[in-house]
Amino acid sequence: MIPIDHIMILSAILFAIGVAGVIIRRNAIIVFLSIELMLNAVNLGFIGFATHMHSMVGVLFVFFVLVVAAAEAVVGLAIMLEIFRNKETLNLDEINLLKW
Amino acid sequence: MTFQLTQIDFQTILPSMIMFGMGMVVLLLETLRRSGSTTPLAVVSLLSLAAAGYASAVQLGWGGQGFSGSVIADDFSLAFNLVFVTATALVILISIPYLEKSGLKYGEYYALLLFATGGMMVMGSSLDLLMIFVGLEILSISSYILCGMLRADVRSNESAMKYFLLGAFATGFLLYGMVMIYGATGTIHLRKIGAALAQPEMYSNPYIWFGMGLLIVGFGFKLALAPFHMWTPDVYEGAPTAVTAFLSVGPKAAGFAALIRVMIEGLGRMHNEWDMVFWVLAALTMTLGNVVAIQQNNIKRMLAYSSIAHAGYILAALVVATEEGLGAILFYSLVYVFMNIGVFAILILAATPKNERLTFDDYKGFGYVSPLLGLAMFVFMLSMMGIPLTGGFVGKFQIFKAVVDQGYIWLAIVGVLNSVVSVYYYLRIVVVMYMQPQDSKSINEKPAFSLPLAVAITASLAGVVFLGILPAGWMEFSSHSVSVLVASF
Repeated sequence: MIPIDHIMILSAILFAIGVAGVIIRRNAIIVFLSIELMLNAVNLGFIGFATHMHSMVGVLFVFFVLVVAAAEAVVGLAIMLEIFRNKETLNLDEINLLKW
Repeated sequence: MTFQLTQIDFQTILPSMIMFGMGMVVLLLETLRRSGSTTPLAVVSLLSLAAAGYASAVQLGWGGQGFSGSVIADDFSLAFNLVFVTATALVILISIPYLEKSGLKYGEYYALLLFATGGMMVMGSSLDLLMIFVGLEILSISSYILCGMLRADVRSNESAMKYFLLGAFATGFLLYGMVMIYGATGTIHLRKIGAALAQPEMYSNPYIWFGMGLLIVGFGFKLALAPFHMWTPDVYEGAPTAVTAFLSVGPKAAGFAALIRVMIEGLGRMHNEWDMVFWVLAALTMTLGNVVAIQQNNIKRMLAYSSIAHAGYILAALVVATEEGLGAILFYSLVYVFMNIGVFAILILAATPKNERLTFDDYKGFGYVSPLLGLAMFVFMLSMMGIPLTGGFVGKFQIFKAVVDQGYIWLAIVGVLNSVVSVYYYLRIVVVMYMQPQDSKSINEKPAFSLPLAVAITASLAGVVFLGILPAGWMEFSSHSVSVLVASF
């Protein structure tokens, strides 16, 4: 069996890549993609711990995270569509009417 | 393991079920509405809020648990339900004229407010991390849409986008914190986490420390605590004014309810470790909120920073984590609902379809144009400052008393100094209203009468003054409500 520490290191690396993406990238879609990567790092962590501890709760949690991520994607992409309709850009540096 | 749903299970989530069910009904009614105003939907929403408030009130003192112990209807969650219901009802009242003025003809607006309220109720009544996450997301996703409700307005779009991206980012941190806590203790149930922390070897487990830190960061984003507050002013400024009023009271109170559950029932044994973290966050939050609010010229943006500052005061009460302090949080939440929504109601009343009237200059001489509204604004500002005979004073007094009683003298000093700073910008609007002459750009005619706004302003005024003069009832009720929390220390 894969040791839990290895799984958590992988999950932490994925999470860090996601955080870095949110901070560095300027396109709203890519930023959102990075956030999804963070959520998947979370899922990996839950599955890892659930397998390690033989507990079902973590697996259950993953389903909820997946559903919520899907709901968030629906709303988020709708917001981006609306902003693109009005401004024709998704570059976060150009979406700056309000002081960021 | 067999799993079956009993009647008790559904009773524990009755108030939030009413919210979700009636939200669906409002959505259905919206499809039947061919033309005409959305006001009937607002009336339906108000009635369902009354029903949820009644359902919460009759359950007081029950404390039943449902769904394998993941939700509880104890006095803590029910008292917070009453705060949420009050907040949303006032927001709906101020939304009716706002939607007319801004030409928003979406009945979904009210449905989303009801869903968000249901989400807040789930957050307050949850006993495990999963339910807190689900409630928080119901609330957040509804709020993202509400922020972007003015679809043709780029500022509203921008506000929704920023709220969405940073909200989802914060969710990531919160969830990663939950993973760590689950990994360390093997459970997501808050009271079992509390029990697991009784073993001393737990504290050498790095996961619990990472988990606690990430949870605090996640909640910090959601509650707009400095240094995680950057999104707040932008989102609050761009969102429709009625939604800003909602965001600054409802989700804040719900966030604090969930934070109290996690920190007291779950991680209560680690109080000596986390109190200094919150000490620093509270001091930073109130200082930053107040200092930056001074420089604002837009009243909505000023109120955004003021709400950051108030979150700082409330957080100071969490640092002490005594019954007195936690009771003060509940007390202050209700006072803040009244005074903040009152101010927003006046702003909406003064707005015209062409000009939102949100700068200080617009209110030159306003106290003479409309003496009653000027007076109401004056009382709300006094309450925000914390002047005696208003609810704001009693709330702040209770918080700082609890803080001093537990020996956090310096935190109380920082808090009181901050209150002094806040006088400057709250009084500024009073000075502008009464001591500066009107000019061609300021509001020069009396705002038209509007029944829902008159009700909202009167109710808020009554709440602020009542809680300032006769606070004993709600004070005792709030300290009783927090006494049902099973603190694990």
